Amino acid sequence: MMALKLVVIGAGMASGRMLEHLFEDTPGAYDVTLFGAEPRGNYNRIMLSPVLSGEKTWEEIVTHDADWYAAHGVACRFGETVTAIDRARKVVVSKGRETPYDKLVIATGSAPFMIPVAGRELPGVLAYRDLDDTNAMIAAAAKPGAKAVVIGGGLLGLEAAAGLRLRGMEVTVLHLMGHLMERQLDPAAGYLLQKDLERRGIKVHCRAQTKAILGHERVEAVLLEDGTVYGADLVVMAVGIRPETRIATDAHLEVERGITVSDQMETSDPDILALGECVEHQGQLFGLVAPLYDMAKVAAKTLAAEPAAFRPRQTSTKLKVTGVDLFSAGDFAEGEGREEIVFRDPTRGVYKRLVLCEDRIIGAVLYGETTDGNWFFGLMQEGADISAMRETLIFGPAYQGGAPADPMAAVAALPPEAEICGCNGICKGKITEAIAGGCTTLEAVRAKTKASSSCGTCSGLVEQILAVTLGGDYAAPTVKPVCACTDLTHEDLRRLIRAKALKSMPAVMQELGWKTSCGCHVCRPALNYYLLADWPLEYQDDRQSRFVNERNHANIQKDGTYSVVPRMWGGVTTPAELRAIADAAEKFAVPMVKVTGGQRIDLLGVRKEDLPAIWADLNQAGLVSGHAYSKGLRTVKTCVGTDFCRFGTQDSTGLGIRLEKLLWGSWTPHKVKLGVSGCPRNCAEATCKDVGIVCVDSGFEIGVAGAAGMEVKATELLAKVSTEDEAVEIVTAFIQLYRESARYLDRPYKWVAKVGLDWVKAQVVEDPQSRRALQERFDISQTVYRKDPWAEHARAETRARWAPLADLTLEAAE
Amino acid sequence: MTGWIDIGALDDIPRRGARVVKAARGCVALFRTQDDRVFALDDRCPHKGGPLSEGIVHGARVTCPLHNLVLDLETGLAEGLDEGRVATHPARVEGGRILVDAGLLAKRPAA
Repeated sequence: MMALKLVVIGAGMASGRMLEHLFEDTPGAYDVTLFGAEPRGNYNRIMLSPVLSGEKTWEEIVTHDADWYAAHGVACRFGETVTAIDRARKVVVSKGRETPYDKLVIATGSAPFMIPVAGRELPGVLAYRDLDDTNAMIAAAAKPGAKAVVIGGGLLGLEAAAGLRLRGMEVTVLHLMGHLMERQLDPAAGYLLQKDLERRGIKVHCRAQTKAILGHERVEAVLLEDGTVYGADLVVMAVGIRPETRIATDAHLEVERGITVSDQMETSDPDILALGECVEHQGQLFGLVAPLYDMAKVAAKTLAAEPAAFRPRQTSTKLKVTGVDLFSAGDFAEGEGREEIVFRDPTRGVYKRLVLCEDRIIGAVLYGETTDGNWFFGLMQEGADISAMRETLIFGPAYQGGAPADPMAAVAALPPEAEICGCNGICKGKITEAIAGGCTTLEAVRAKTKASSSCGTCSGLVEQILAVTLGGDYAAPTVKPVCACTDLTHEDLRRLIRAKALKSMPAVMQELGWKTSCGCHVCRPALNYYLLADWPLEYQDDRQSRFVNERNHANIQKDGTYSVVPRMWGGVTTPAELRAIADAAEKFAVPMVKVTGGQRIDLLGVRKEDLPAIWADLNQAGLVSGHAYSKGLRTVKTCVGTDFCRFGTQDSTGLGIRLEKLLWGSWTPHKVKLGVSGCPRNCAEATCKDVGIVCVDSGFEIGVAGAAGMEVKATELLAKVSTEDEAVEIVTAFIQLYRESARYLDRPYKWVAKVGLDWVKAQVVEDPQSRRALQERFDISQTVYRKDPWAEHARAETRARWAPLADLTLEAAE
Repeated sequence: MTGWIDIGALDDIPRRGARVVKAARGCVALFRTQDDRVFALDDRCPHKGGPLSEGIVHGARVTCPLHNLVLDLETGLAEGLDEGRVATHPARVEGGRILVDAGLLAKRPAA
């Protein structure tokens, strides 16, 4: 059978899910062409809020990547807008070309509603709809002290506000109604939410009617009807959405508020289907993901010529703001014959309200403590008679039948038909079935059932079901966390430290829920590094969280003695320095003096209590710590270059010394070694260093990401520049980018392999503004860390700390 | 010999850190935890003799600086899959002073 031609307009979550069903149910039945207005494929739009707040990355929310489209033979036309549908000839028109279809699906979604006030066209006024909006908001938040006004205190507006606040902006929420999220919350819960947000530093102004947006070149402020003015560098409009129906109207399909569809998702033209936020079904519009996914299932069946019918169902809502627990479902207005059960615990900020009608739950609002939400929602959907448990109903399933309050009991008590994943309509039974079928991890359950694959708020519940069902066989970790003290990965940790402006170790452990009181030997050194790298001026380096070598500024040897390596700038020394080293070696009876691979001299076998004294002697001769022990700048190896060598093309020794004097003292995720060779003969072995410069007649070739340890790898070319100044700028920016984005204990070659050399080039070479900003941040950090730690610890008053606390062998002899 | 001897002030040891006391039986490491408890253990890791006093102190545990063996400061036992035990000695804090078991003054370790 020849495959039919299917054209899909709109590459969003609804059509993406429909294609998944279609390829699963009837593979090969259609050749699909997919148009999308955004220049990218399908991603989980609900998760833009965590991307905005910095808790997730864009890559984590992509649902269909290029490989997926390729594997299913989908012809992708992303960024190409369909301008017309010619129903008579069955083609769609875009960018001057025509694409024929046998079946057409319209999934154009919705457009944000922009309130018609003066100034709404000003640059800096945004909707909150797609990745571009999100990125524009992130960019606006990068300006220190920037102010944002969010118009609209609904789900979307509040998630935007919380995200911008986490990014450090001063945020005001303007809401037309008397309390926040009035469609989902009653006034009491709205009040608690407002208090919670205000505690997070978000200003909330209810009953705020926007009169105008003010500004000349770009937005500067928002003016309210009551005369209040809020300064704003960014205005986000999140007052609502309306179905995007223009193309259907132009094609003379039946359109009311949305494109009218039948139970089979067919429009008034049976060869054209529509689904998602652009449709209207029996007078109803749709904005939450759960019914959209139901539509996707039905549309796929209709395309496969199988019977199916769409039935709208009740939905529940959760707000995705970290630290705010809020659940609402059903109808909670007061009315004739309605009763309510309310529970309040003001100290904990907990509020629960159930609305009953004829012994059945018809509405639920939970604030501050939402674990029982799904249980109530299940009872509501079933229409269960609750008269028998009315006395204890509000306390949740754990208290029914006098069972003790076990944290897992609520989950264990859920019946198989209880809905777990509201977005995808997955009940508990489906999940336990998948587990019985061999799924033992969250990912496996997610892949099999789609539970928790959309907004993700039920991930914890799914994990609890795994734990309850598998018992001891369930191993929770899904991604590799930093250590047993946390479930976060290094990448999460770095992102959250910045997003939440966490500037001390107790703040990190408190805010990110560390499971131990003071960490362990794995997380503490990493945390200490991340904090000092991100907040050089505010964070106080924690010596007790450093490994012995960095704490003692010397390398511990297997017998507990230390090795001492003074810095020799670019590997160049003087007779006076050598004399001082020789004197120190004799005075402290150093068992071995050795030349290192990094062009300097190592004094091995020094006792700990002698360290301050030997450092003081070396300091006297002008020698400072070589940091041969640190995750930081080690050495800059050089050759003699034009000074002496007949082949030298540039002053490689001078450049090496200049770099070492600039970079020394800086802490990095792992050690960093540099090399500068004066000609391509490469006597300084620069091409296997973390950063290696090879001088040529026309300038400097800067290579990065070499390795000569457990792995051996040649450097890759980062840039070729003509002046020494440019070379220094680029190397500095590269080191700073590495400091800011690598995970602890990844050498540059590992980090570059993860982020990609192209990305590094874009930040360090191609974008001069970004390069300058990196350099500036490095310079700020160096005002704190470019100093000799030996001089600090060699001071007479601190020396005693390096010696034993007491010597009982002497007392015993007395 | 019985009783306690004063070997220094609590503040001579940094929180989550250690100092060494030389004794006839070898070095003894005095650890101070985040919550100001003090423990005395032989300063030799049962694995390869690493100086435990130079390890990172977390909770009531220390990680040996040489090969990351984790030892419980209360029992001296290695944690996790590792085996081994290091000798512990009575130690306490009184009025901001650290007191250790006077038995450490003995010439040799008790048999």
